Amino acid sequence: MPTARTRRRRRIPAALLAPAVLGLAFLILPLAGLLARAPWSELPARLAEPAMLDALRLSLVTATAATALSLLFGVPIAWLLARGDFPGRSLLRALVTVPLVLPPVVGGVALLLVFGRNGIVGSWLHDRFDLTIPFTTTAVVLAMTFVSMPFLIVSVEGALRGADTRFEEAAATLGAGRWTAFTHVTLPMIAPGVLAGAVLCWARALGEFGATITFAGNFPGRTQTMPLAVYLALQTDMEAAIVLSLLLLAVSVIVLASLRDRWTATP
Amino acid sequence: MDGHPVNPEPHPQQGLDAHLVVVRGTNPKRGNESATDDSDRSTHRRNASRDDQTFRLDLRLRVEPGETVALLGPNGAGKTTALRALAGLEPLSDGGIILDGALLDRPRNSTGTGTGNNSANTRDRWVPPEHRRIGVVFQDYLLFPHLNALDNVAFGPRRRGTGRAEARGLAADRLARVGLADFAKRRPSQLSGGQAQRVALARALATDPALLLLDEPLAALDARTRLDTRVELHRHLAGHAGAAVLVTHDPVDALMLADRLIVIEDGRAVQEGDAEAVTARPRTDYIARLVGLNLYRGTASGRTVVLESGTVLATAEPLDGPAFAAFAPSAVALFRDEPDGSPRNTWRASVSGVHRHGDHLRVQLDGPLRAAADVTPAAAAHLALAPGRDVWAAVKATEIRAYPA
Repeated sequence: MPTARTRRRRRIPAALLAPAVLGLAFLILPLAGLLARAPWSELPARLAEPAMLDALRLSLVTATAATALSLLFGVPIAWLLARGDFPGRSLLRALVTVPLVLPPVVGGVALLLVFGRNGIVGSWLHDRFDLTIPFTTTAVVLAMTFVSMPFLIVSVEGALRGADTRFEEAAATLGAGRWTAFTHVTLPMIAPGVLAGAVLCWARALGEFGATITFAGNFPGRTQTMPLAVYLALQTDMEAAIVLSLLLLAVSVIVLASLRDRWTATP
Repeated sequence: MDGHPVNPEPHPQQGLDAHLVVVRGTNPKRGNESATDDSDRSTHRRNASRDDQTFRLDLRLRVEPGETVALLGPNGAGKTTALRALAGLEPLSDGGIILDGALLDRPRNSTGTGTGNNSANTRDRWVPPEHRRIGVVFQDYLLFPHLNALDNVAFGPRRRGTGRAEARGLAADRLARVGLADFAKRRPSQLSGGQAQRVALARALATDPALLLLDEPLAALDARTRLDTRVELHRHLAGHAGAAVLVTHDPVDALMLADRLIVIEDGRAVQEGDAEAVTARPRTDYIARLVGLNLYRGTASGRTVVLESGTVLATAEPLDGPAFAAFAPSAVALFRDEPDGSPRNTWRASVSGVHRHGDHLRVQLDGPLRAAADVTPAAAAHLALAPGRDVWAAVKATEIRAYPA
C-alpha cells in the first residue's frame, strides 16, 4: 500500500516537473557558478583594495541617499494615490510606475535631457547657480531615485490601501487633525510596508546600472558604483568582477532574508 | 414625536440639541469615494443604480448633560449614521447640531437634499471632529494597535495640548478607574475583549467630552463578559457629567444603560420614552418582537378595537381612534374545542410552528389573528400541538392593552 508521501509525489505531472526543475537549475546554477569561481583565499585582500572599497562606499552612500529621497517624496505620492480623490488619479499612478518597466538606459537619457546643460532644468541650474548635475555623484543619486522610487511608492500605496481608515476617524474624534493622524496613527500602522518599500528601493538603487552610466558616467570614486565597477572589471580583471559580484549577491541575499515574510508570502 | 427646534444662533443651553438630517444616494459623487478608477464606466453604472434607493435619516435629538439616550433600532435604521453625524465623521445634509451652546454643523441651504459636501462654502458652520468636544467608543473599539493601553488613553489629552507626563498621569488615572491599572503597558492585541472595551471607554472619557457617543459598545463581547461589562458601563455612564448617546440594536443594553430610549426605523424616530413606556406600549413590530408582545394596529371604538385585518378585539379600557392593541404570548390560552364562559376574545387558529422558549413552548398561530402563544409542555402534549393542527385561542379582554396609535 503506498504511503501518503508517495501518493502525493506521484501526483506531480512530469509535464510540470521537468520544466520546473530545468527552470530552477537555470536560476540557481549561475549563482552557484559565481560561488565556485570565487577566489576565496584572496578574498579578504581583494576586498580591501582601495578601488573596491571606493566603489562599495559610493554605492552604499548613493543608494542610501536615493532611498532617503524616495521616502521624502514617495510617501506623500503614495498617500495622494491611495487617499486622494482627484481626476486623473489612475493616469498619475500609471505615470509613476513607468520607471518600473522603462529600460533604465532610456531613463538615463531622459534625465540627461532634462538635467543636462542644455536641458530645461539643467540650463537653469547652470545659469542661475553654476550647478552642473550630469556626471557627478548627485547624478548617480538622481538616477537611482528615478528608477527605485516607484518600488517604494507601490509598496507604501499598497500598505495605505490595506490600512483601515477608521483608525484615522478614531484619531480625529480624539482631537487629531489630518496631519497628526497621519504621523501618529497611519504612519506607525503602515511602518512595515514603508520599511519593506524602503528596503526594496534601496536594493534596486544599489543594483542600478543603465541610468547611472548614461546620466552619471563611470568615474572611479565619483560615479563608479559597484555594478559599474563589475562591468569595467569584466574587461580587465575577471577576479575583481567576481569579487564585486559576490558582494552584490551577498547584499541581495541579506535584503531577501530581511524581507522574507513579506516578499515570499503571497500579498 | 415633538422635537425641539434647533436654534441657528449659539445659545447658552447645555447638553446636545440636534436635528440630524443625512440624505444618501442623491449625489452620485458620494458613492464614488471607494472607487479606485474614476474613469471606470461600470463604477458610474453602479452608482446610478445605487441612486435609486435613497436613504434619509431625519432625527431630532435633545440630550441633557448627565443624561444617556439610547438609539435603538434594527440594522440599517440609521443609528450609526446619526452617531457619525454627531461625531463630525459625516456631514449633515440639513438640520444642525448644537453642543453646549456651540453650533457644530449646519448646512447653508436647508432644503433637505444635501450634497454631502462639507466644504466651507456650502456650510454656515462646520466644526471638524478634532475640534468637537466629543468622545467616541467605536463598535470594535479601534484601539491604536501600535500604542499600549496607557498611550491609547493618553492620545486624546496629548492632542488637546496636555504635556506628555501629565497626559500619561491622567491616562493612568483613567485606566485605574476602569480597573485596568495593571494593564497599562499591554498592547491592544494582548487585551481581552472586555478589557479592550474598557480601554476604549477610558480613552473616550479621557478628554472629558461634553458628548459621549457609544456605537454598539457591547456587541463584540461574549455573553458572560457582556453582563459584567454592562454593569461597569452603567456605572461609568452614571458618573459622566456630559450628555451620552448610545447606539444599539440590543434592547437589554438600551433598557439597562439609558435613561431614555428613541426607537429608530428607516431613519425616523418611531417611539420615544423611558424603558417602561417603550416596553409596555410598543409602537412597532420591531419593539413588540424585542419585548415579546403580540402587537396589532387598528381603530378603537369604546371597548373594542377593529384591527386592519377586520378582526375585532374586546378590551377592558375604553379608547377611540387609531390604536395599537398588544398582549403577551402568555395571555393566550389554547383549547381543543371552542371555549365558552366569561366575555373574551376567541378565535380559530392553526398552529404554524412550535418552539422551545425558556421553560415553556412558544406556539406560532396562523388564522384571522397571527399571534404567538406560550403554553406549558404538558398543555402542548394534551393538545397534541403540531404544525397544521387547528386549535381555539382565547385572550381575556383585561389582558389586552389598547393605546392610541
